[in-house]
Amino acid sequence: MTEAEIKALLLEALGEVAPEADLAGLDPREDLREQLEIDSMDLLNFVIAVHRRTGAEIPEADYPKLASLDSAVAYLRARLGA
Amino acid sequence: MSEFRTGATSEFRMPSLGADMDFGTVLEWRVAPGDRVARGDVVVLVDTEKAEIEVEIWESGVVERILVAPGQKVPVGTVLATLGSGEAAAAPPPPAAPPAREAPAAPAPLPAAPAPRGPAPSGRVHATPLARRIAEELGVDLRRVAGTGIEGAVTADDVRRAAAAGPGPAPAQLEAAAPAPAQAPRAARGPERLAAIRRRIAEGMERSKREIPHYYLETSCDLSRALAWLEAENLRRPVTERLLLAPLMLKAVAHGVAAAPELSGHYVADSFRPGSGVHLGVVISLRGGGLLVPTLRDVDRKSIGELMQELRAATARARQGTLRGADVSEATLTVTSLGDTGVETVFGVIYPPQVAIVGFGRVTERPWAEAGLVGARPVLTATLSADHRVSDGQRGARFLAAVARALCNPEGA
Repeated sequence: MTEAEIKALLLEALGEVAPEADLAGLDPREDLREQLEIDSMDLLNFVIAVHRRTGAEIPEADYPKLASLDSAVAYLRARLGA
Repeated sequence: MSEFRTGATSEFRMPSLGADMDFGTVLEWRVAPGDRVARGDVVVLVDTEKAEIEVEIWESGVVERILVAPGQKVPVGTVLATLGSGEAAAAPPPPAAPPAREAPAAPAPLPAAPAPRGPAPSGRVHATPLARRIAEELGVDLRRVAGTGIEGAVTADDVRRAAAAGPGPAPAQLEAAAPAPAQAPRAARGPERLAAIRRRIAEGMERSKREIPHYYLETSCDLSRALAWLEAENLRRPVTERLLLAPLMLKAVAHGVAAAPELSGHYVADSFRPGSGVHLGVVISLRGGGLLVPTLRDVDRKSIGELMQELRAATARARQGTLRGADVSEATLTVTSLGDTGVETVFGVIYPPQVAIVGFGRVTERPWAEAGLVGARPVLTATLSADHRVSDGQRGARFLAAVARALCNPEGA
């Protein structure tokens, strides 16, 4: 999977847990939880949405690595061996 | 609840979807005359101003007649459809009884001829609000878009992909396949929906502060054991079954109710009516303001895993603006948690006619003394706001102590 594909996949998953949010204005370097007002339930739904698309079982200990869109892309690339 | 039998035919009525609901607008039928329905099936989408609600039917049978067309606003109790056994359906069903309260106008019965069956039996597609907006802008027919979202909902990206792929085959054919009563024009959406929610909150909270003499209690406990248990559980659970602290909180509240049942129920006509079960309203705040409070029923009888799944699904539905009828059944007690926002303590305002609300704050590491030693521990503050007409501080304290004990010493931990 390319970086662009992973990014698209992550945005799609975010759109699923935060359907009311405007993802176009997202700063990829900033904290997702703050920008999108994501709470712990949304975060879990996000991790599940990513899991459904990639099969990745992201352990709880790795949640901090999903903090921003950029860091989440980097994490998933490493994780999926892309 | 919302139906009763009259001979072989039963009536499906506009249910009361929350204590503050007087009217509901039928947005869309998910069934047509001749369809067989089973208990628990979603049959109609109703707008209550606060939310769109997919209403389930609690009886099985065959839909005979649909009496209220999409777009019509009718009082709670109005017969929406009749249901037969599906066998001796030769005799026409009796005309619908007038609704309990005066209806603005008798809803015109729809033609009973079954609509043509097609690949898209329902006119409305499960889609997120943003996806709808974008579909409208891009001129994409949502019925042609395959949903990849939660419970198959069409997401914004699905719409964009569909738009990029170009128009699909023969929209005329789809028109023909759609059942006769299409969906009603969309009522309050976006800002209007939030304004309606705001109004409802204002009414409820004003009434609460005017009528209910609140008293407030607070306690804290050391969450180390509960968090360790959660961590261990989540290590062995697949991602889709992972737990949060929330279902443990709900379960702990059910223990509190067992210790002091008079905190769960309703205050109606100057007296307390105990709840028929432990049905907890869970406050879910919405982006852009406002909140929805879906109800989790029989919390005392469900496992932590079951509660987690229900809570997760209800949260996703609330975010998408479409709740289920069961979500809005009447709660006997409400739970609010502001832990994610960073506040340590929250004292809730009771939602009438309920008689108490439990609040949980954020888990923070604090100095904690135990057995003569001070150490740093993850500490959670739990509060109770309760109605002094129904209970006294002593009973409230018993309730809150039981909540804290159950939460901080979870079974199996």
